[in-house]
Amino acid sequence: MKRLSWTVLSLLAILALVLAACGGGAPAEEAAPTEAPSSGVSEEPAPATEAPGAPEAKEVTLKIGFTASVTGKYEVSSAAQVNGLKLWMDSVNEAGGIELSDGTVVTFDYIFYDDESNKERVQELYTRLATEDNADLLISPYSSGLTAAAAVIAEQYGKVMITTGAASDSTYQQGYTHVFQAYTPASRYLTGAVDLLASLDPNVTKVALVYENSKFSTSVVTAARDYAEAQGYEVVLFEGYDPETADFAPFINKIEAAGPDAILGGGHRVDGKAFAKQLYEKGTPIKFFALLVAPPEPEFAELGDAAVGVIGPSQWEPLAAFTPASAEAIGATWLGPLGNEFVSAFEAAYGDEPSYHAAGGYAAGLILEGAIRSADSTDPEAILAALNGMDLMTFYGHIKFDTSPENHGLQIGHSMVYIQWQRDASGNLVKQVVWPKEGATAEAIYPIR
Amino acid sequence: MRALRSPGLWLALALTAAAGAWPYFTGSASNREVAFTILLSVALASSLNILLGYTGYVSFGHIVFYGLGGYMGIYLLSERGVSLWLAVLAGGAIAGLLALLLGASILRLRGAYFALATIGVNEAARAFINNFQPFGGPIGMTLNFRLYDHYGGAARALWMVYGVMLGLTLLVILVSYLVKNSKFGLGLLAIRENEDAAEIMGVTAPQAKTWAYVLSAIFPGMIGVLFFFKNGNIEPHDAFRLHLSIEMIVMVMLGGYGTVLGPVLGAAGYQRLRGMLLVSPIFKNIQLAVAGGLLLIIVLFVPAGAVGWLRHRVPVLRKVLE
Amino acid sequence: MSDILLPSLVDGLLLGFVYGIAAMGLSLIWGVMDVINLSHGPIIALGMFGIYLIFTNTGLNPYLALFVVALAGLLLGMIIYGVAVHRVIDAPHLSTLLATFSVNMIIIGIGTALLTTTPRNIDFTLGSLSVGPITVPWTRVAAAFATMLVTGLLYLFLYVSRPGKYIRAVANNRVAAELMGIPSARILALSFGLGTMLAAIAGGLIATFFPFTILSGGSYELKSFVICVLGGLGNPLGALFGGLILGGLEGLTPAFMPTTWVPVLEFGLFVLILLVRPSGLLGSKS
Repeated sequence: MKRLSWTVLSLLAILALVLAACGGGAPAEEAAPTEAPSSGVSEEPAPATEAPGAPEAKEVTLKIGFTASVTGKYEVSSAAQVNGLKLWMDSVNEAGGIELSDGTVVTFDYIFYDDESNKERVQELYTRLATEDNADLLISPYSSGLTAAAAVIAEQYGKVMITTGAASDSTYQQGYTHVFQAYTPASRYLTGAVDLLASLDPNVTKVALVYENSKFSTSVVTAARDYAEAQGYEVVLFEGYDPETADFAPFINKIEAAGPDAILGGGHRVDGKAFAKQLYEKGTPIKFFALLVAPPEPEFAELGDAAVGVIGPSQWEPLAAFTPASAEAIGATWLGPLGNEFVSAFEAAYGDEPSYHAAGGYAAGLILEGAIRSADSTDPEAILAALNGMDLMTFYGHIKFDTSPENHGLQIGHSMVYIQWQRDASGNLVKQVVWPKEGATAEAIYPIR
Repeated sequence: MRALRSPGLWLALALTAAAGAWPYFTGSASNREVAFTILLSVALASSLNILLGYTGYVSFGHIVFYGLGGYMGIYLLSERGVSLWLAVLAGGAIAGLLALLLGASILRLRGAYFALATIGVNEAARAFINNFQPFGGPIGMTLNFRLYDHYGGAARALWMVYGVMLGLTLLVILVSYLVKNSKFGLGLLAIRENEDAAEIMGVTAPQAKTWAYVLSAIFPGMIGVLFFFKNGNIEPHDAFRLHLSIEMIVMVMLGGYGTVLGPVLGAAGYQRLRGMLLVSPIFKNIQLAVAGGLLLIIVLFVPAGAVGWLRHRVPVLRKVLE
Repeated sequence: MSDILLPSLVDGLLLGFVYGIAAMGLSLIWGVMDVINLSHGPIIALGMFGIYLIFTNTGLNPYLALFVVALAGLLLGMIIYGVAVHRVIDAPHLSTLLATFSVNMIIIGIGTALLTTTPRNIDFTLGSLSVGPITVPWTRVAAAFATMLVTGLLYLFLYVSRPGKYIRAVANNRVAAELMGIPSARILALSFGLGTMLAAIAGGLIATFFPFTILSGGSYELKSFVICVLGGLGNPLGALFGGLILGGLEGLTPAFMPTTWVPVLEFGLFVLILLVRPSGLLGSKS
């Protein structure tokens, strides 16, 4: 025993030495690319480009790097996101690329790896993308967790990263300057549902907020609770459930005992679907039911009657009708296809209707395109400046970023739409947009039971 | 310290150091990240080997030490503002403490019962942290980017973390070797072969097992802090991922359990292989299945692992391969 | 408070039957050959997809489809045993753990590539049964009955039929059984097959009332460990009781504390029982 404690002691001593040695001896990293002032050339006025026989058109191919979850739990959403991005890239490249005023034609190429839906390799792969593969621009992985890990690398190498499929607010509160969010952040995910409820029935006062105990849903629901309470609602139940939960029956009994008129919350796809199904089977008497993530997915219709009346926030819906006119109305620049053009192009390319993940992927591409166009340059610093000043309208909606140091890159332009599953005249389940009012395609069913 | 003159130890250390120095020569951050993942695995596998390889106790939930250490470290770094060095030591300390407490209880269980209990401990820890608000509950904790400025900016910080990781890995290998060649280690090996007989021969089995458990827990705790510091944020399901725990066992098995060099080779081989499969156009869609198939072949046909097989087949190498 | 205890207990117990049948598969394999089958979870998931694919493609009643799935589960288990387990059956625990875990990786890998991780649901309902404050879907009641039926048949098989008696003999003492001329290799394969069959049936029953993905089996595998320890490893009937205890616990706990604490309690209890009574609450001395 005496020997052993001696061993332990000496180990600690060695360790201290090693730590001390390494503390001083970290090698100097190559000059940080962000500092290199390589811009300026493109800022020169270039009147010659319009003239016939201008200097030969220079072609630049920008490489976009990202990881996708080819395997693991995010596989489906991630695949849709990648398909959306690829569709954008194909359409730009087929149109001959982006022509800058100095005659440079910008086309795009991509490179990606499988992150297996887990964080372990994300940083390794993004570092590889940023250094070895020399990606010029980065797109985030799917999900807030993976994106948070990737953002560290993007920031470190001074690469612009557009995040999509990542709604958490916290990534934008870490002092990053190169990360920009395409999604409406979690803090505004469910607040519209509260407004919808208020407009449907001013007499409802009791709401229950129930949520998957995970990063994304907890942040969404916490923000929604504060908002609901500020609107004068009484939150009769605020409770999470474990992410692995399949059986909601005991939880539903507890909800029933609290007697809410409306339920808001949920988590991800599997638990959301299970929750909706069991809430229906139990016949819980509620008037309003808004659920995260699961409802906008097409396979939610597999629930049949249990799906009717369920409301879900969506980043984008095929029915949303943003036009160049709506851009003009708010003084933003319009870019890209119309909603129906995107939908038909997507269906032609992949055979099924795009989900909002797909639209988010396409929008991430449009954001880069918009930034390059307005910077009129491929210089990273100029693109960064263009993103900071961006005020863009696309089929996906309004895009504008927070530029304050506290929330840099947070999406402040885009907002959610809310869909509800309804039966159409022939009894088929269809998704209808029910909020905001100006984009609604149908009246919301209320009360749902 | 006659033991320090053994070629087997130096072979393992030299291999690791050579591989670890590679990113310094190329100066490539991408190489560094690849090497970091490999070193992380080598260190985790080697520390698990102290328990699994020497005493034969299968800890299926060993990742609980990595997760808990990581949580402790990130909490201290981000909420309490302590330095990374202190956080790393605290991560190791809390992991060691947990192992000490657990060791007194669950190490009484033998064989599969112990394996199941370690799974239970890991799952209970994950579920608990998910509800534990000081550690951020389900949201976890995120390090502010400005924190890296204390270490000369993110770029330098990541090189520094890599350096510490390399040092720690070499240390684990050294400890693993010293344990194996000490009287304490011989006691552990005796426990592995036959615990009852070992007790009769004078090995105080409960104490010996507990200390092996503690030793094999301290390093994962420290490594967890390094990994999550580099990663920038921590969430319960990343910190206590049972799958990683099982991968650690796979690495030890690939290389040869109970040997010093085995876990080093096994971890490096496994990570290289997975890394290659991930970026291979043919296999990337079914890389998990391919990895499973390879593991099966090894378990069925080369159960002693690479080093065990070599030692068995080429007796000359027994002096060199520890 | 009291008005939610009764319905929650009923909900929990009904589900407990299904937990029980899943755990029974794990327990049977453990009892006969001392192998912890780490491919248990993916096989449960395959059972779910079996029912889903049959139902959505042919419209066959899920309870009839269950027979097909059970048979497929039996065959799959015997194949897994022959390929992955037989060679290492006498090796240390670690080898069988890793062998079955590699089967787990193979199934999940191929399953993700072919079936994706989109959550699936079988749009099949029998309506709900309402008695006083209790409302339960008939599918859950049916699953409880199916479990009791399968358990009965299993015990009949083990105690009356010749192969069943062989299985018990091999479980008792393999060497002695071999000396008596029992073909132990085939009996072990059969036992492994029965174990996976139970897992597949459990998966099929779960699929009639919960949505699922190829990864959904994992949590039932973990629950099965807990249940086996509650009921005593290697004791199939104990597994059924263990399942009921766990189900009841999951049902009642949310009435007293936040639902997120359920897993903490579950796994804490699991470790505690292992420490205090490793042979299980209902187990005999092993």
